[in-house]
Amino acid sequence: MTTAIILVLVALGSVLFHILSPWWWTPIASNWGYIDNTIIITFWITGVVFTAIVLFMAYCVFRFRHQPGRRAVYDPENKKLEWWLTIVTAVGVGAMLAPGLFVWNQFVTVPPGTSEVEVIGQQWQWSFRLPGEDRRLGTSDNRYVSSDNPLGLNPNDPDAHDDVVIEANDLHLPLDKPVKLLLRSIDVLHSFYVPEFRTKMDLVPGMVSYVWFVPTRTGTFELLCAELCGTAHYAMRGKVVVEQESEYQVWLRKQKTFAQLSARTRQAKETQ
Amino acid sequence: MVDVTIGPAGAVQPAEVKDVELYHPKSWVTKYVFCQDAKVIAIQYSITALSIGLVALVLSWLIRLQLAFPSSLSAIGPGEYLQFITMHGMIMVIYLLTALFLGGFGNYLIPLMVGARDMVFPYVNMVSYWVYLLAVLVLVASFFAPGGPTGSGWTLYPPQAILSGTPGREWGIILMLASLILFIIGFTMGGLNYVVTVLQARTRGMTLMRMPLTVWGILTATVLALLAFPALFVGCVMLLFDRILGTSFFMPAVVEMGEHLKYRGGSPLLFQHLFWFFGHPEVYIVAVPAFGIVSDLIGTHARKNIFGYRMMVWAIVVIGALSFVVWAHHMYVSGMNPYFGFFFAATTLIIAIPTAIKVYNWVLTLWRGDIHLTVPMLFALSFIVTFVNGGLTGLFLGNVVVDVPLSDTMFVVAHFHMVMGMAPIFVIFGAIYHWYPKVTGRMLNEMLGKFHFWVTFLGAYAIYFPMHYIGLLGVPRRYFEMGDMAFVPKSATALNIFITMAALTVGFAQMVFLFNLIWSLFKGKPAGSNPWRATTLEWQTPETPPGHGNWGKELPVVYRWAYDYSVPGAKEDFVPQNQPAVARAA
Repeated sequence: MTTAIILVLVALGSVLFHILSPWWWTPIASNWGYIDNTIIITFWITGVVFTAIVLFMAYCVFRFRHQPGRRAVYDPENKKLEWWLTIVTAVGVGAMLAPGLFVWNQFVTVPPGTSEVEVIGQQWQWSFRLPGEDRRLGTSDNRYVSSDNPLGLNPNDPDAHDDVVIEANDLHLPLDKPVKLLLRSIDVLHSFYVPEFRTKMDLVPGMVSYVWFVPTRTGTFELLCAELCGTAHYAMRGKVVVEQESEYQVWLRKQKTFAQLSARTRQAKETQ
Repeated sequence: MVDVTIGPAGAVQPAEVKDVELYHPKSWVTKYVFCQDAKVIAIQYSITALSIGLVALVLSWLIRLQLAFPSSLSAIGPGEYLQFITMHGMIMVIYLLTALFLGGFGNYLIPLMVGARDMVFPYVNMVSYWVYLLAVLVLVASFFAPGGPTGSGWTLYPPQAILSGTPGREWGIILMLASLILFIIGFTMGGLNYVVTVLQARTRGMTLMRMPLTVWGILTATVLALLAFPALFVGCVMLLFDRILGTSFFMPAVVEMGEHLKYRGGSPLLFQHLFWFFGHPEVYIVAVPAFGIVSDLIGTHARKNIFGYRMMVWAIVVIGALSFVVWAHHMYVSGMNPYFGFFFAATTLIIAIPTAIKVYNWVLTLWRGDIHLTVPMLFALSFIVTFVNGGLTGLFLGNVVVDVPLSDTMFVVAHFHMVMGMAPIFVIFGAIYHWYPKVTGRMLNEMLGKFHFWVTFLGAYAIYFPMHYIGLLGVPRRYFEMGDMAFVPKSATALNIFITMAALTVGFAQMVFLFNLIWSLFKGKPAGSNPWRATTLEWQTPETPPGHGNWGKELPVVYRWAYDYSVPGAKEDFVPQNQPAVARAA
């Protein structure tokens, strides 16, 4: 009896906790509302299944508990019931998988005309690179990394010279403009994670990964590293500022290009 | 065709091979230390696994204390925190769960349940344990090595695992890899034994489709492990080469703290593929024996045959097979080709179907049963609750696009602790309460057992259910402290403190369990040979605890499947597997 009641309380308590608890995802700030919707669908389906199974168990434990003289029913199998349950389960699984794959297709398909921004991770800071006036990012390689070329841009590539370099500082993005992040690491694995954007993708040394989204809300959002990257992993934070186009342009004009930064370090060296 | 029908039991074929002559121990050392008897080896495995498991338990308290009171524990720094979570995870998954289910329960139960005198290769079986013990000692040694154990996370991802930004780069990672390599060598010796014993040493009449699901579960898990561990083995060897010899299997050109390292052209993703090709089947290596054991616990204590036995066997086999084509669902946001996501999300969600069938059959076994709420039964019920809960959150994480915001957050931590932490551990507890009388001849104390059960079940649920919501907020896992994240409300700290309190309480309850284990050994109620009135062969041994060679002079002969409970017309509500058909009519 007690056991049955506690099982009921576990089921109902879980549902109530879900509904009443103040802990829920942060308000979204990107186009990936579809992801939130798929999570909601999944919560509904799994919530119903969980509650049904635990309540059924509670009923059995109460109704068929041992009493003197009770004898279990001999009932080895029931083909019809087993197939029926299998089909219902398959339908439920399909109802979650179909929207999931539909949204994943959008997630991996970058729309044409999306601007590119490079994100560079290293222990334990975030840096960024924007294409310059030629709207093209120059090539890069970890071989070129040095104290005056911290992001490893190719100095022999003319496309790289006008690239805007933002070392260990905030990234700004214009509102409502789709952006594709090209992710690159200088040392170990990192992961670009902004909870409000609902996106996450690892930065892997030796290759370039990508993720795309449209920022849909202005504000300053916290950038976290979500892939263990060493002792100060928890402290590898950055900021992404989403703002109106005009403000973004003001910010962009203040940033330095690779050529300007190299010239400056060269000057600094000469005057020493 | 399985004989689930009641009719006369099938004829028993004559013995084809002669009964084996076992190695007989000549001294105390060969009887209790370097012993070739699977039952002693099982106890050696279990005690070693539980002992190292206690280390993992203490580490979990330290982890939880740090998460609840981030700025007040000066003894735990970010480096130590990473070392604690790494060692906690690795010990629990490999050295406790895998070793206890296969080395512990496998060794004890396989020969007894299939009616064999021992494992088919007793000497190799003995060596298997000693290599396992060596692996554990090497692992423990890393706590005392300069620089401490590795803090690279239990996934050991390069490049960070072997670079100096991660604690334990000096010795910790080397000892960890060496220990894993030893573990796999030891396991392979034991594993081959389990498979050959099940396939070749079953007694007369014990057809495959008459085997208890416990044996099916352990057999399938062992086959999975024999196929999956080699991937980890080569991964460990190659990573060890990268670390010691400076090869570049997994290491691309990287610049560490301004210094160009000599590595060139390796692939960090390759390691992840090797790791998870092992790592995902590993989940089922732990889960499938639990599936099997819990089926037998439910059947015995509900006095009812497990519902849909044949479907249960096929579900175990199908889950095992599918578990080899889902590994990259751990890598949706790893930077691998994103089009893999379609395939792996589909296979991952398909695996939910045979898994769901198993859950239905467990709860349908309760339907119209005669449910004895013994401690093993209570643990079996708590297994269903936590397994269903954790399995369902797996449908979030397996569904590629839903995984994107949740991956690497506390949601994942909550999910896998529920599904492959709590659920299998509840089965282990249930199984210990169930088989302890056979192993020792005495019952565990029931009152202490019920106390242990309720605190552990409700406490564990209070730890992991709310933890999902911390992950839903967006708090990443493996964070030494949250710091002030703008999107995390202050109340989350209160929730973290609550979870830690629950964790410490559950930890305390395990001390009660340990006390019960030792106390009952001397003071427990004598059990008799078959206290649960169970049908399977291990309860029909002439002696309890079973003697050397298990069966006395004559091997048992099996006439029926393992689930003849409450058979209509039978006098008792159970008919042992070795009871001939004629006796039933009486």
